[in-house]
Amino acid sequence: MNTIDSIATPVMTTGRVINAYLQEAKSECLRYLRNPGFLLPTLLFPSVFYLMFGIFLAHSNSADAPRYLLASYGTFGVMAPGLFGFGVSLALERDTGLLTLKRAMPMPPGAYLLGKMCMAMLVAAVVSIILLCMAVFLAGVSLPASRLTAFFVLEVLGVLPFSALGLLIGTLVKGQGAPGVVNLVYLPMAFLSGLWFPLSIMPSFIQSIAPIWPAYHLDQLALSVVGLGQGNVLLHVLVLLGFTGAFLLIAARRLRRYG
Amino acid sequence: MINDTCIARLDRVGKRYGAIVALDGINLEIHRGELLALLGPNGAGKSTSIGLLLGLHRADTGSVSLFGRDPQDIEARRRIGVMLQSAALPPTLKVGELISLTASYYPAPRSVAECAALAGVDDLLGRRYAALSGGQQRRVQFAMALAGRPEILFLDEPTVGMDIVARQALWAAIRKAVSEGCAVVLTTHYLEEAEALADRVCVIAKGRVVSEGTVDALRAHVAVRRIRCITSIAAATVAAWPEVISAEHVHDRLAIATAEAETVVRRLLDSDANLTELEVQRAGLAEAFTEITRESETTDRSQEAA
Repeated sequence: MNTIDSIATPVMTTGRVINAYLQEAKSECLRYLRNPGFLLPTLLFPSVFYLMFGIFLAHSNSADAPRYLLASYGTFGVMAPGLFGFGVSLALERDTGLLTLKRAMPMPPGAYLLGKMCMAMLVAAVVSIILLCMAVFLAGVSLPASRLTAFFVLEVLGVLPFSALGLLIGTLVKGQGAPGVVNLVYLPMAFLSGLWFPLSIMPSFIQSIAPIWPAYHLDQLALSVVGLGQGNVLLHVLVLLGFTGAFLLIAARRLRRYG
Repeated sequence: MINDTCIARLDRVGKRYGAIVALDGINLEIHRGELLALLGPNGAGKSTSIGLLLGLHRADTGSVSLFGRDPQDIEARRRIGVMLQSAALPPTLKVGELISLTASYYPAPRSVAECAALAGVDDLLGRRYAALSGGQQRRVQFAMALAGRPEILFLDEPTVGMDIVARQALWAAIRKAVSEGCAVVLTTHYLEEAEALADRVCVIAKGRVVSEGTVDALRAHVAVRRIRCITSIAAATVAAWPEVISAEHVHDRLAIATAEAETVVRRLLDSDANLTELEVQRAGLAEAFTEITRESETTDRSQEAA
């Protein structure tokens, strides 16, 4: 290219690049917050379950039940924004041409995925705030502020392994079939990780394979945060990091190869 | 790169999808400020060519350049605007939000109001994308394509599904962009669109450019002209004249196709002194297009030699 051209071309300043990332994240959050079909089930399922089993039916359970179920439904609640917000939307957008358009436009690399990540974390934050409020004000759970804060932070970060898994599913499945596939991962994993019924009452085979599910490890961490944990916290954190890294790696390779 | 008006180029580019050859050594140059229309039947390689120039695919052979760079280089793409045929934009976002998001990708974008005015969507800024008609959605996509003050606009079938008024409004907006020095690469199925807009037309068939030139040059490619008139001479009589390809009655007129219009007109006037409403027309782009693509199919070899 001749010199006049390269001088005349405006340069993208760092400020404008950062602004592009922010705009992408803002748009991604807005579009899902305005979509009741996504937002309502994501927010209502964990909170209604908690209301039923953690509060109304809690009297027949032990005194620890509201705390125990806060961890379970918290984990269940943050799986959805990751798996659906990432997996289903990526699968649909690969199909409808939006991803192609974004790739043709000079969108900064990664802004698309970072935007979806922010959206998933925001929804996870809302889910955990709703559950925390219900636990404290309705179920009478009394925990120090430090533990409540730790629970909030854990849930917001805990959406990341499921975002990575959703991303991976979104690169494997295309279009309208994606919600079904995601549900096939979401619901069995929640069940097998002991989010609906405690693992202790499950057959020993299911107990023994529980550690292969990311949700099991997040649930164990959530239990530790609410003071009911027994396992090694660091181990669960490392396993979740490992899952996230592995999902991301495979997804990135598939995205690069097939778009 | 001695030729510095060339801002985008496909140079002997080949691309296969499995056993299917999408592009077969295609050469294409886009020059600053011109409006180039790519025409061709479905599967001819138009979309693949555009996809390569946008950095969406990689060429198997040959080279692709955009402003002298690889189109996958984001710096090159910061100088283009894109409108793809089948992009479903987020339905819950408002028009203004979509335009301002797109503008944020560029170093020195137009304001949202300016984009909206150029594309004629000023009154839609606060509306959600899903609430718009098909034609309005296309205009919003056009506004987004203009957001970065592009030096080239890639428009893939921009007026599909638009009514004639909306189409002409978009044509006017495209002409305005060109008059401000923006080059446009347009793929279209509507020949009248190419006819109305293009400086240069490339006909692509089977992954190669089979014909290239101004709209007039392409039309001249087809020697056939059409004569219409009101006459008492029978169609069968005219059809039997040696220079006439076909003759038939259409409504109350006689329609004649011939390569030697002057000879036929002279003979018509000699035969019928009362002949009225005489018209002679060169074949339109549609005929030229059909002719060119058919030629490239039947005389594939000889075309290559020529």
